[in-house]
Amino acid sequence: MGKVIKVGMADLNICKAPDIITTIGLGSCIGLALYDPVTKVGGLVHYMLPDSTQMRNHSNIAKFADTGTDELLRQVLRAGANRTRLVAKIAGGAKMFSVSGMSNVGNIGERNALAAKEKLRQLRIRLIAEDTGLNYGRTVELHCETGEFYIKAIGKPIKII
Amino acid sequence: MGKFTLEEVNDMYVDVLREIGNIGAGNATTAIASMLGIRLDMNVPMVKLLEASKLGSAICPEDEIIAGIFLEVQSDIEGSMMFLLKMDSAQFLVNKLMGRDGHLQKEFDEMDLSALKEIGNIIAGSYLNALSAMTNLMITPSVPYISVDMAASILSVPAIQFGQLGDNALLIETEFGDDVMINGFFILMPEQDSYDKILAALGLQV
Repeated sequence: MGKVIKVGMADLNICKAPDIITTIGLGSCIGLALYDPVTKVGGLVHYMLPDSTQMRNHSNIAKFADTGTDELLRQVLRAGANRTRLVAKIAGGAKMFSVSGMSNVGNIGERNALAAKEKLRQLRIRLIAEDTGLNYGRTVELHCETGEFYIKAIGKPIKII
Repeated sequence: MGKFTLEEVNDMYVDVLREIGNIGAGNATTAIASMLGIRLDMNVPMVKLLEASKLGSAICPEDEIIAGIFLEVQSDIEGSMMFLLKMDSAQFLVNKLMGRDGHLQKEFDEMDLSALKEIGNIIAGSYLNALSAMTNLMITPSVPYISVDMAASILSVPAIQFGQLGDNALLIETEFGDDVMINGFFILMPEQDSYDKILAALGLQV
């Protein structure tokens, strides 16, 4: 059993087998994992917002889908991942309060999930699994030995995608 | 278009928030005490300025379950607010309201959640009344929404709201109670323009 690396909100890190990388309590944020199944190198970003270009202050690159994913990609490649083998999995993007879908709070989770898909398409990285939306928080773990993405939610069985 | 952000928040604004927190919590304490028929005292609220991305662990460990009540506010001030309770506090208030022993532990059912929503509504309303009275601005809250989940998940909502304006967030902690102390946390999330309105209404320089 390897060690467990923790990623906070607006944070990212990389991980190699046999270690596990985790982020606790994703709400409307997204946990985006990249993984190379051959070298067993992976990484996880926990971003809060879909687009850095709409903000005047974007000093923290891990806060945004676009800049966060770029940085995560750079770091996993540097750690030995092969770009053509990389796959992605995402989770989160919940709507924690059932406010109307038109408001900012109502649709930020959905916009965050869409931003991941758009960014991955641009980078030509395959999104092979996702568990997004609905109305509950998720804790995720990327197990670098297997590439399995564990999703834990309150009162629900553990899901592996 | 205002330029005020929490990056340059000054002591005066924190003082104003503390005062609003004080009056609001006072009103809320009175309202709850009379609703539950119990005696409640309160402590002076604490205002905390912290990084938005640290909100998830600001009140308890990230994976601890808490109750969050969320309201949108409209009219002169646009934005939203949240009131957060740790589970033991939420459980105590709901038990009291439902006429049960205050220390009973049970999973919340629909009725309990509805009771909790109402408690949150009263507390949030008291707080918003204080803000409205101090600024002379009209504030209309929406119906309350509730979520009982991991602290980090619930707090991702205000973290994102603050995150859109900058990197900092403001949290007000109040403590009230008698034999059991109840910890509640307020988070007010005005839109950018509304910060300026609040400050201007209070005669503060933006």
